[in-house]
Amino acid sequence: MTVLNTSILRVGLMLAIFAIVATSLVAITEDNTRDKIVENEKKTLLAAINALVDSNDYNNDIITDILILPKTKRLNTRENSIVYRARKDNQPIAAVFTTIAPNGYSGKIKLLIGVNYDGSLAGVRVISHKETPGLGDKIDLKKADWILQFNNLSLIVPVESKWKVKKDGGQFDQFTGATITPRAVVKAIKNALYFFEKNRDDLFKVIDE
Amino acid sequence: MNAVYGPIIREGLWKNNPALVQLLGLCPLLAVSNTTINGLGLGLATILTLVASNGLVSLLRHQIPDEARLPVFMIIIASIVTIIELSMNAWFHELYLILGIFIPLIVTNCAIIGRVEAFAARNPVGPSIVDGLMMGLGFTAVLVLLGAMREVIGQGTLLSEAHLMFGESASQLTIVVFEEYRGFLMALLPPGAFIGLGLIVALKNAIDAKQSIKQVPVNSTTKPISA
Repeated sequence: MTVLNTSILRVGLMLAIFAIVATSLVAITEDNTRDKIVENEKKTLLAAINALVDSNDYNNDIITDILILPKTKRLNTRENSIVYRARKDNQPIAAVFTTIAPNGYSGKIKLLIGVNYDGSLAGVRVISHKETPGLGDKIDLKKADWILQFNNLSLIVPVESKWKVKKDGGQFDQFTGATITPRAVVKAIKNALYFFEKNRDDLFKVIDE
Repeated sequence: MNAVYGPIIREGLWKNNPALVQLLGLCPLLAVSNTTINGLGLGLATILTLVASNGLVSLLRHQIPDEARLPVFMIIIASIVTIIELSMNAWFHELYLILGIFIPLIVTNCAIIGRVEAFAARNPVGPSIVDGLMMGLGFTAVLVLLGAMREVIGQGTLLSEAHLMFGESASQLTIVVFEEYRGFLMALLPPGAFIGLGLIVALKNAIDAKQSIKQVPVNSTTKPISA
């Protein structure tokens, strides 16, 4: 009995020591990398934003000039999302925010969308999607230039009836073998533009500190 | 030297290849082998983890209590993977953005705990590290081959998106095998992965069978594969 007890105790103790040492090492690594990771993520985020809004066109700190948006039906966001606001000398230039196309061919398509203050699109990028490789994934800039055709479009150009894929009588190309994906993206972008038009002044409102 | 390392190298790369013979780590293997570059990315991350976990376990093999070795292995492997992930995120952020998704997948790769248990726990550090490296290379070779097969059949290219891993200068590396190829979707989807891996396993067995007939014409026995 005592032999068993001491052996269990010994094994348990060794296990505990291994767990403590390993966890400490992970904790130390985390501590040493945290600042660098935050900085890297900020850089990546800034690069994503600057792909939509030229960094020469604004001079505020866009990463901190943000608005927290509660879940929004027009954008299909299920939780809080962030609006990044570009300003030049305190004049609003553009807003960058996420919107979700809920009806992709296989699930949600998450988009980062930049809208200029005048309501025209600064640009759109696909952040994440699960569309079929080789067919629907051409919405991704890594695979094709399709997403770039939205640059500078607005609710005025083209007219609303043309905010559809060609198959539905609109002006946007669908892909061979994949209509659902581009249709979902076009609709999500159009909805985001409506959302922006309706809430423009609120989106750029400065919250007093 | 060669007497010790020779068999380890042959085991890892061919005779006991983790993907073709031990059939370990199939979950990440099948999931990520849709292009050559994806396969290479997961392969490199796996090599790194295999070498680190094999080396560390071998170093600590006399301290690890036998009764509790599996939880200890899991603690070690999970810690290594987490540390690699954090370090890559901090210091090789560009690479992390590409390989990042694969790294958590490595924890699900039973080839790693398999090698730790079967080899590193009872062998010195040197051979254990070589074993990790060779098993990793064997795994990577299958990943890259399967990735290349699926990419050529699925979308008619090779090494597409190489720039993601090797920088912009590598974007010319992409080889268009079939011009104006319409694509064969099934190769890119999970069934393509299973069929492709099956073909590679069959090919390996065929080569082995041919060789054993050459060597022992009378008593040819091919070892059955145990999963």
